[in-house]
Amino acid sequence: MQRLRTIFLSFFKIGLFTFGGGYAMIPLIEREVIDNRRWIERKEFLDLLTLAQSVPGPISLNTSVFVGYKVRGLRGAAAALLGVVLPSFVILLAIALFFADVRHNPVVDAAFKGMRPAVVALIIGPVISLARGMHWSMLFVIAASALAVWGLGWSPIYVLLLAAGSGIAWELTLARKMEKKHPERQQNGEK
Amino acid sequence: MLLLWQLFVSYLKIGFFGFGGGYAMLSLIQNEVVVQHQWLTNAQFADIVAISQITPGPIAINSATYVGYSVGVEAGSEWFGILGSMIATFAVCLPSLTLMILVARFFMRLKNNRLVEGAMRGMRPAVIGMIAAAALLLIFPHSDAPDEQNFIDTWSWVLFGGVFVGSWRKVNPILLIVLSAAAGVLIYYVF
Repeated sequence: MQRLRTIFLSFFKIGLFTFGGGYAMIPLIEREVIDNRRWIERKEFLDLLTLAQSVPGPISLNTSVFVGYKVRGLRGAAAALLGVVLPSFVILLAIALFFADVRHNPVVDAAFKGMRPAVVALIIGPVISLARGMHWSMLFVIAASALAVWGLGWSPIYVLLLAAGSGIAWELTLARKMEKKHPERQQNGEK
Repeated sequence: MLLLWQLFVSYLKIGFFGFGGGYAMLSLIQNEVVVQHQWLTNAQFADIVAISQITPGPIAINSATYVGYSVGVEAGSEWFGILGSMIATFAVCLPSLTLMILVARFFMRLKNNRLVEGAMRGMRPAVIGMIAAAALLLIFPHSDAPDEQNFIDTWSWVLFGGVFVGSWRKVNPILLIVLSAAAGVLIYYVF
């Protein structure tokens, strides 16, 4: 029982201090889970981060569920999830309750008019830095999926399924052929 | 009741297809909440993203709690609002919880798996395009209604440019949001 409460409290702390979500949480979770509690090894944590990104859902949730499960099975996973979610849930619920009353206040309205364009600027930053890390031929895919979702109004779900499907097809056909031609470049795949 | 069920299904979808974490989920959330169900206007969606930047936790959870509350209030009372926020938050967590437990059990098999690798490789550029689509829709909404607009005058573009340069120079995003809120109060309320 003691252990479940420790898991809950550790992840509550992580949930409370993770501003901006995702990657901001990694140093925090590293300190708490690896250095303080010694629940998992550093190397295992790095593998876990890669996996947490290939599974859908916020990275902080995925990491918490995994660590909780490793430490104390299903109950541990539930305790970790509850801990990491509770701070944002309570804060946002409080804001939602309160916001209905202040929303039409002229000062609040003016503040939000200032914040809206700022938010868009914060979203565009990562688009550019992520796109710069990709091969130039991928710019076409980036533009096509942006236009499909924004211009044509496609659901992002279809775009994701299409992209995943083409990625798998490429991996199974062309990538395999290239490996046969250049066996020295073969990655340590499972087959 | 139907509203609460739609809320559950929408956030389950967001959780299940939320590859790439954080910003990548914006487009999914926007598509469900703004485009398909019109639970929030485009401007209200920008407000939630702004609130998410200055409160802890991932945007998926923050938006689930907030949207769940607003939809619940529409369906009945404030108690329905609290119920709605719990339903949406639970729904968005459910895929992370189940999928990560499966991953924790079959950890090694998923690592270096060809299909997973191919799917991830295909989705990476698509996800960048989806973030761009979210930003484009925030700037150029599909409707001309005044409460859908995030860019209302020249000042909006000045703030956008300032925050963009700031985030490029690695200024803390929380500070940038707070500064733009203050600028909003000065521009739209004081003067």
